[in-house]
Amino acid sequence: MHLASFIARRLLQLIPTLLFILIMVFALVRLLPGDPASAMLGDRALDADVARINKELGLDQPIVVQFVVFAKSVATGALGNSITLKVPVAELIATRLPITIVLTLMAALIAVLLAVPLAFVAATRRGRMADSAVRGAFQVGLSMPVFYLGLILLTVFGAQLRWFPVGGYGDGFLDHLHHLFLPALTLALSLSAVLMRNLRAAIIEVIDAEYVQFARAKGLPPGLILLRHVLRNALISTVALFGLSIGTLLSGAVITETVFAIPGAGRLMIDSIYARDYPVVQGLTIALAVLVSLTFLLTDLVQAWLDPRVAR
Amino acid sequence: MQARTALPLTLIIGGGILLASMIIGLFPTLFAPYDPNVFDYNALLQAPTLAHPMGTDNFGRDVLSRVIHAYTVDMQIAIFATVVPFIAGTIIGALVGYAGGWAEALFGRVVDAVITFPFLVLVIAIVSVLGPGLVNMYIAVGIVGWVFYARIIATEIKVQKRLDYAAAGRAMGYTHLRIIFRHLLPNAITPAIVYWMTDMALAILLGSSLGYLGLGAQPPTAEWGVQIADGKNFMATAWWISVFPGLAIVVTGLGFSLTGDGLAEVLRTKR
Repeated sequence: MHLASFIARRLLQLIPTLLFILIMVFALVRLLPGDPASAMLGDRALDADVARINKELGLDQPIVVQFVVFAKSVATGALGNSITLKVPVAELIATRLPITIVLTLMAALIAVLLAVPLAFVAATRRGRMADSAVRGAFQVGLSMPVFYLGLILLTVFGAQLRWFPVGGYGDGFLDHLHHLFLPALTLALSLSAVLMRNLRAAIIEVIDAEYVQFARAKGLPPGLILLRHVLRNALISTVALFGLSIGTLLSGAVITETVFAIPGAGRLMIDSIYARDYPVVQGLTIALAVLVSLTFLLTDLVQAWLDPRVAR
Repeated sequence: MQARTALPLTLIIGGGILLASMIIGLFPTLFAPYDPNVFDYNALLQAPTLAHPMGTDNFGRDVLSRVIHAYTVDMQIAIFATVVPFIAGTIIGALVGYAGGWAEALFGRVVDAVITFPFLVLVIAIVSVLGPGLVNMYIAVGIVGWVFYARIIATEIKVQKRLDYAAAGRAMGYTHLRIIFRHLLPNAITPAIVYWMTDMALAILLGSSLGYLGLGAQPPTAEWGVQIADGKNFMATAWWISVFPGLAIVVTGLGFSLTGDGLAEVLRTKR
């Protein structure tokens, strides 16, 4: 069974990746110039205070001991305590990250719903009005900064028309969705542009392939040919791109959450960086990286299902 | 010999936008009607008029002049943040894709690790420790950016090296490097060049995002993201402060992606 061994191999590959992430995050805080304690306390800090903070963070220990302590705290999921908010980092992540995940999923869904049908329209009417219109609109979307688009949507549909709240997260499931719609749309537009562009090119490449002509010659219905033969093969590279874009989407979520004042992980990240709350920055970076790794794994599995040659 | 075909419209428009952007970026004082940083307390928050075609901001600075001077900063971001990753990524990707085996496996792990960090989060984290500013942004982008080019090139080379002409090259006794860089790479590089155009647009988006967050170009430097942040509290009353710099980003980004599309078309037909 090719697929089972492929999955096993991919899971094994996850281990060095996660280890690498751990080392990179650990190194990032310690190797870059400026130590957290002085940064937190400012230039006029007393040496005694700096020493106290360093002791609290375990920064007075030898580097190897620090790494072991760090790896242990990550492995147990504790991740230490926030310096400014005085609560466990794991607790902060558990309350803030789900908001970001929901926002990202909503954005991904909107992006796919926009990209797939429009890519088909553009590819099958290549060079005609519909193609040009779709490509033009999406090229504008591609070059629109997230914070700019968010600001405009917020002003027009939030402040002026009052269709949507101007920020925050609301209470209850439906209210959450209502609050997250504009931010999700903001995030989705550039992703859908990227996907649309790629899928359109992939469909055009596949649509004249010999096996598609053969399928047509066999007299298969056009709809079936598009779904079974064209879309399936065109999707392979787009699925890869989609997986790669999850990191971009989370990056975008950081800005979107700042613009729309959503209390998610991205907002927490920015606040923690300004406050130099290193345990939170560390913990969040690891959590986000693990989230992205799992998405990549899922992407590879979908790709292997679409194209069994990938799993070989 | 193939007859010369006309350039695609996308390339003409996109290239035109980029050429104009470069000229404005190199010689902003030729085009800007005012000094971008001079306060004029007699002309605060003025709506667009003939004297100030894009209005003035809350300090009476001419928005058009600031948008024009920002071309220098933002075009510099587009180029400086992408050239090194493009070259390094292409070379590494070509070697890795051709070698396959353990090199590919190792590369795969590096790619996985590097791209599992949300790009902006990593850049923001590095910039916040190194200190805000554009040079630190280039460093942060360089650490990560090459991976995307390498991944694209490696995938293409893997396909190309199985084709007959690569086997023919080997049969002729050509060196591996000659086969990779003279024969395979020209057939594999199109997607990377197209991605480069997108990447330059992305670099402008990233640079302006950092400017917006206060981590990129520092005020009072005229930079589009900084300008949008300056005007964000005036959206309801003086929209022009933020809207025009944003349009400059969109038009410039459009220039890059149209050029990318046009280049893809030209390079495809040439092949």
